[in-house]
Amino acid sequence: MLKYLFAKNEDIPSGSAAVYFGFSSILWFVIGTGLGSFNAAKLAFPDFVTGDEFFAFGHMRQVHVLAVILGWISMAFAMAMMYITPILGNTRLWSEKLGLWNCFLWNIGLSLGLTLLWAGITSGREYSDFIWPIDLYVAVFIAVPLAINVWMTILKRRVQGIYTTNWFFGAGVFMVIIVYLTGNLPEFFHLTGLSEAYLTWWFAHNVLGLWITPVAAAIAYFTIPKVTGNPLYSHRIGHLHFWSVVVFYSTPAAHHLMSAPLPEWLKSFASVEGVLILVPAIAFVSNILLTMQGKWNMFVESLEVRFTITGVLLAIPLNMQGGFQQTRAINWYVHGTGWIVAHAHLALLGFSTFLEGAAVYLGLQSLMKRKLYSLTLGNIHFWLLLIGFSIYWISMTIAGLIQGAGKIYEVPYIDVVIAEHPYMVARWLGGTLVFISNIIWLYNMWMTAREGTVIPAGRMPHELAYER
Amino acid sequence: MMNFREYKIGSRMFGIALGGSMCITLLMPSFDFRAATSTETALDKQLTAGWETGWNVYDPLMQGTNKPLKVLVKADPKSGQALAEPVYAYVYRVGTPMPNAADHPDNLGKSVQDLSMSKGKLGEFNKATGAVYLIKKDGGALYVENATATLGWMPNDVVSKAADADISHAGAGKTMFVREGCWWCHTLLPEETQDWQVFGAPPYLGDFNGESPTAFGSDRKAPDLLHVGSRNSSREWMMLHFFNPRLVQPHSIMPRFDYMWGDKDANGNKIDYNKWRAEYNEYHEGKRVNPPDVPMYAKDSEIRGLIDFMLSMK
Repeated sequence: MLKYLFAKNEDIPSGSAAVYFGFSSILWFVIGTGLGSFNAAKLAFPDFVTGDEFFAFGHMRQVHVLAVILGWISMAFAMAMMYITPILGNTRLWSEKLGLWNCFLWNIGLSLGLTLLWAGITSGREYSDFIWPIDLYVAVFIAVPLAINVWMTILKRRVQGIYTTNWFFGAGVFMVIIVYLTGNLPEFFHLTGLSEAYLTWWFAHNVLGLWITPVAAAIAYFTIPKVTGNPLYSHRIGHLHFWSVVVFYSTPAAHHLMSAPLPEWLKSFASVEGVLILVPAIAFVSNILLTMQGKWNMFVESLEVRFTITGVLLAIPLNMQGGFQQTRAINWYVHGTGWIVAHAHLALLGFSTFLEGAAVYLGLQSLMKRKLYSLTLGNIHFWLLLIGFSIYWISMTIAGLIQGAGKIYEVPYIDVVIAEHPYMVARWLGGTLVFISNIIWLYNMWMTAREGTVIPAGRMPHELAYER
Repeated sequence: MMNFREYKIGSRMFGIALGGSMCITLLMPSFDFRAATSTETALDKQLTAGWETGWNVYDPLMQGTNKPLKVLVKADPKSGQALAEPVYAYVYRVGTPMPNAADHPDNLGKSVQDLSMSKGKLGEFNKATGAVYLIKKDGGALYVENATATLGWMPNDVVSKAADADISHAGAGKTMFVREGCWWCHTLLPEETQDWQVFGAPPYLGDFNGESPTAFGSDRKAPDLLHVGSRNSSREWMMLHFFNPRLVQPHSIMPRFDYMWGDKDANGNKIDYNKWRAEYNEYHEGKRVNPPDVPMYAKDSEIRGLIDFMLSMK
């Protein structure tokens, strides 16, 4: 890929940027989940690798989080945008060269930022842990070039309308720039006190609500109709989804700080808006599941459909938790416990990862014009990922309920730590399964690039039978 | 822009929706935050920790350099006369960036700002000489006094005339707290609903003015630390616990922070970590009756700041 960085745009093969992004995202997924597994081991066995600041939990936790958010999830999004936006506009990507540079600078910046974080060079703000020069780098060299490529491809499209997926892509890249620049205002202008605390969670909430959730959903709006051949069940419900995301998901930031001394009106407002997140959630899930009518056999037969629908089904518990756990009635019990950690993994490792996994599987096969090397390895990837995630989610949910009970019954804290230990071991095993599954995935996609059966011109990968 | 014409209404609606949302969630709360008046806790935290304890250009490697000192002053550093009552002075030596209130006194809240500017001469600081700040009360009203301007207390005098035990490096310690990621497990936010009995009173609206970062934490895998200094004020316990938490709490899952002792102990002897760990392992396996002794930390070690910070959180 690097040889094309200085080539003329017209000489770069179509799809190069997406392939570069696709493999980068899988590699970051392996790195991110490997770190996650290592961190989980330390919570289960605190003397596992000790006495060195570079292997201290407090130095590694944020590296895991940002490696999966900015490396795996966001690069998989960029991959999806680089090939889905042109397909839906019946055109080529506006600039392959910009896409390649975008991916190159993304990898450089992320490696630099994570290395600094690992050394402890941090702003001390959760999710916006990067120091402000790196935050600016992310906005200017990662988000803006991506946005320009997406917008220009949409503007240069050769079809009349703009399909649902592309509304979300176009709006998502806009909103992530705004969120990144606004959420880091405390660092740019040294805002302090409650403004800093609130903007930290304003950022954390909106980067999920206006970037990860809508863009992941947008991918499902493409993969399911494309692979099944069914038209989207309802464009009108798609409209409802889009507008309710913009209105309802952008407002509940304060519900992350329900027990902090924020203004009470703000907490109440955020809590009500938080329940309304169920509107876009129900619109999305019902729209996709109804699109599957008559094609449910593909849930079993097609790896891409299975990944997508699993992600969509996981959106049901995700949003039922998310809508209600932030109300005062429930939040006082679960706030700050492993329940929330489980919920965060349900969102990022359950819901969104399965949707992106489908996009990367489908995209890499389509662009490299090669059928998946091995269905068996694909199946192993799917099941290890799902089982590993489920073990993680269930064990952390139980641990969270134990912590919540310990909190309200004022159990001495160390007894809570002792009670949680078996679930910490289970979480480590679950996380390790996820890590192993991703190594298998990376191998499978690498072998697909080298030895996958060539797909004839004009055919889609899902039209060919699996061979292994 | 031909291809975008039919989406004009949609884009305008999008702008109104997102703009309206940002107006409610950013602009409106900012009025409430600005109206918050500093409590004594906020003044103490701001003056103790200094300008910034996350990454900043004055401390690019986050080593706790260029941080203020909190000094217990027993005698007037200018005249040498004993004070009727000892006071805490917040010492900003030359090169230490001034606290947020010096440049932006409006973050103190209206009443504290007015008194600090008029009686406390907060505005009359000189970066070339540094400054010494005191927290004063006028009746019930709080303010910050710039003792360099009002009393002629010079930073170097205050520090050189104080015993080492009376000097707190809690400002550097807050940097350690942020850098080492203590807040990934220990919150600094007792919850309003059920934490009163165990972890103490939840903070008030005005307890954070001028603090950055606030490091509330979100994932409580360990006890809340906002009032830890009130629950446990033993420096010796802290020392054992940081070196290896399993020395004092066998079931703890906290990492060891022995590396924050640095190379040498308080007497300048090299700390032999390998020997210590080997002996600890023998103790752990039941081959020794007692664990090895924890070395006394050096005065300028990183752990000293962190322990000072722990004890400062009353």
